[in-house]
Amino acid sequence: MSTLTLHINGVDLPVDAPGDETLLSVLRNRLSLTGTKYGCGEGECGACTVLLDGHAVKSCQTLMSEAAGAKITTIEGLAPDAQHGQLTAVQQAFLDEGAFQCGYCTSGMIMRATAMLNVTPHPTEAQIVSSMNGNVCRCGTYPRIIAAVQHASALAATHSSEKGAAR
Amino acid sequence: MSTLLADAPEITLPDPSNAPRCFALDRRTFLQLFGGGLLVCLTGESALAQESGRGFGGGRQQVPSDVSAWIHIAADNRISVFTGKVEVGQNIRTSLAQQVADELMVPFDAITMVMGDTDLTPYDMGTFGSQSTPQMGPRLRTMAAAARQALVEMAAKQWSCDAAALIVADGKVTAPNANQSLTYGQLTRGEKLVTTVSASAPLLAPKDWKVAGTPVPKANGRDFVTGKHQYPSDITLPGMMFGKVLRATGYNATVDSIDTSAAEKMPGVKLVRDGDFIGVVAPDAWTAEAALAAIKAKWTVPSQPSNQNIFDYLKSNSEAPRGGTRSNAASQPAAAAAAPASADAIELAQSYTVQYIAHAPLEPRAAVAQWDSTGKLTVWTGTQRPFGVKDELVAAFHLDPSKVRVIQPDMGAGYGGKHTGDAAVEAARLAKGAGAPVRLVWTREEEFTWAYFRPAGLMELKASVQHDGTLVSWEHHNYNSGNAGLPTPYNVANPVTEYHASKSPLRIGSYRALASTANHFARECFMDELAHAVGMDPLTFRHQNLTEPRLLAVLNAAADKFGWAPGKSTPTRGFGLACGMEKGGHVATCAEVAIDPANKKVHIVRVVSAWESGAVVNPDGLRNQNMGAIVQGIGGALFEAIRFSDGRILNPHFESYRLPRFSDTPQVEIVLVDRKDIAPAGAGETGLVGLAPAVGNAIFAATGERLRNMPMAPSDLVPGIASSPVQS
Repeated sequence: MSTLTLHINGVDLPVDAPGDETLLSVLRNRLSLTGTKYGCGEGECGACTVLLDGHAVKSCQTLMSEAAGAKITTIEGLAPDAQHGQLTAVQQAFLDEGAFQCGYCTSGMIMRATAMLNVTPHPTEAQIVSSMNGNVCRCGTYPRIIAAVQHASALAATHSSEKGAAR
Repeated sequence: MSTLLADAPEITLPDPSNAPRCFALDRRTFLQLFGGGLLVCLTGESALAQESGRGFGGGRQQVPSDVSAWIHIAADNRISVFTGKVEVGQNIRTSLAQQVADELMVPFDAITMVMGDTDLTPYDMGTFGSQSTPQMGPRLRTMAAAARQALVEMAAKQWSCDAAALIVADGKVTAPNANQSLTYGQLTRGEKLVTTVSASAPLLAPKDWKVAGTPVPKANGRDFVTGKHQYPSDITLPGMMFGKVLRATGYNATVDSIDTSAAEKMPGVKLVRDGDFIGVVAPDAWTAEAALAAIKAKWTVPSQPSNQNIFDYLKSNSEAPRGGTRSNAASQPAAAAAAPASADAIELAQSYTVQYIAHAPLEPRAAVAQWDSTGKLTVWTGTQRPFGVKDELVAAFHLDPSKVRVIQPDMGAGYGGKHTGDAAVEAARLAKGAGAPVRLVWTREEEFTWAYFRPAGLMELKASVQHDGTLVSWEHHNYNSGNAGLPTPYNVANPVTEYHASKSPLRIGSYRALASTANHFARECFMDELAHAVGMDPLTFRHQNLTEPRLLAVLNAAADKFGWAPGKSTPTRGFGLACGMEKGGHVATCAEVAIDPANKKVHIVRVVSAWESGAVVNPDGLRNQNMGAIVQGIGGALFEAIRFSDGRILNPHFESYRLPRFSDTPQVEIVLVDRKDIAPAGAGETGLVGLAPAVGNAIFAATGERLRNMPMAPSDLVPGIASSPVQS
């Protein structure tokens, strides 16, 4: 056991756990941040995707010790006020497009899409498919997820142009 | 493994009115939770008095034991609707609330659905068989209409006026001269009222729906994009421990030796042993995993069948065909063999197969179990049958039914794969041993190995067709996979369609659309073969042999939207179609595939699927279900197969069991046919059945290769199946 400080969603949290425990296990089982999902534990489904310094990683393939020192963002930390406030463009787009059925893959999809749009704000459909192909939706809502990512790209562009106009 | 009898794929649904009742409402719980207001109960045919009087929980009035649903309207206008159905991603939480909102004449947001809680909701057999919409929909609508009637009568009494003159809208009753208006909650005056109604209230016709029939977004959708929604595997209790269960290395294994000493020495770890059951609990999940890994066990696994010889095995172990009741109404006794082919007819006979496949819901089986100080057991778990799981727990722990509560939070899908209470029973046993609440989440490998499968099946078909394209005989035998979708919708005299149950070496159970997928694959591909045999376009050939108007309507709708035309296919581009009907759903699917001439890779480019299941309750949800069915269907059609040998699953990981991904997904267009004159049927299953045969027929149209085994283009060779001429 060792004590490490994890920087999660803007808060420093001390965690007592073996250094080789996965970030997914720490998030879900020690910190009750259950928005990040277990799907396979083998890096094959993307349900556990979180952001590490803005980059999408599979938290089941990331050791706690590797995550210490990085800024970790989980689905709970995307919108400043998840309960009532404005959602991020990606979250809002998933709602607008109804891009889920059971919703179990949704956290991972949203995190993956958020990371991609940070790097590629206006992706082609082929870029979306290529970037998101490691994330599985067993309910088969892929066409809606692609539409949601495209919609999020447009929403983000609108937001930034509004901000620009306000200046 | 023995067949899972309760969930055999050919499951016949008993008449719900004859279902065993297991009524266990703790009315004090109700009072604590909901306080005053109006509780409306719907009874079956043995309806008691229309008005059972005041004072629920007061002793004098008993809620009848055959209550099948209820609604509570609180003094603050909150409306709670209670049903034993569960939400697994099929959007029933939303679509049921829409129907209740219409009949109660309240906005959608006024309704909260309380679902799948055995202490709070009336008994329900389970969420399967596409029954929630056709059965629970009308029940809840009936009750809502009766509740509205009761509230109007209360207003009329209060104002001493004629009930018929009152206006009801937006959760309020308004007097004719509009000088007085009371909300539903105000009408209850905070008193504790019970009304029992029978299933006879007149319902709105679909053409008069205002909330139903519209694309209302998923209830609580925001909770799913913020991570707030708690799935069964997310439930966290104070003092909760984490469990793991020791598994054998194969089916039907016997244990030679087990050494648990290292695990027991680990700090905080507790071993739970009860007969064959061995598990560990620990204060954290990581330690529990380490403790399980520290148990040294040796097993002997007997020799068992594999994919290699599975279809011979299933046929040689099959029972006599089940005619009539177990097979289907159209089935003839075995003696009445298909009519012999006449001189001017062509006779064909072919065999088709489907492999075992896994449901692979993204959330594996999970349960959190807690025993309280009175000995009452509460289990949160992902299941399509909360009352069935309750029965399993009652039996496993020899408990009085009042001592068990099962709660099913909206879960990470099931597709027919979560009918059983395996994880619930295990978590409860671990929690009992630990003396603390325990969370148990199956690993992906456990889910692949110890859940149950969509059965493999062998289909043997024989038919004859005249040169003018008229079918003259039809014979279709299904070995092992089931009788769903077995009757042919095409016009042919004395068709023989028989299901032969067999002895499955793997544990099998329900899977979305059941055997309808296998039987439609066989029938619709065989129809394509027959069309080619007489040189007819496959659409024209179906037109010649089909008069069922609803199936024809979707077939024509799909073909129109797709732009179907004879003879369009080339060696690199194929077009195929298929259609079918089951459980009140009618589907026709057209597929376009691209074949790469260099590597023979097949990619599904475009799919058009037309769907009709009566009146549309939620067009957005219906499109979503049908699109999802198409995408999920790609897996079974092209590459999903469980590989097994000697009691072991050889590909129990997503790395080796390929699932449909973004890159496999075609352009999907769903055409909805809205029949407002027909009561809505379920729509979560049958949309799946047309994809595989449409794709198979498209591949044939392009390549001339007839693929009769699902999956048709597996990434890894399936033992016993010849290498496919196309790749995926």
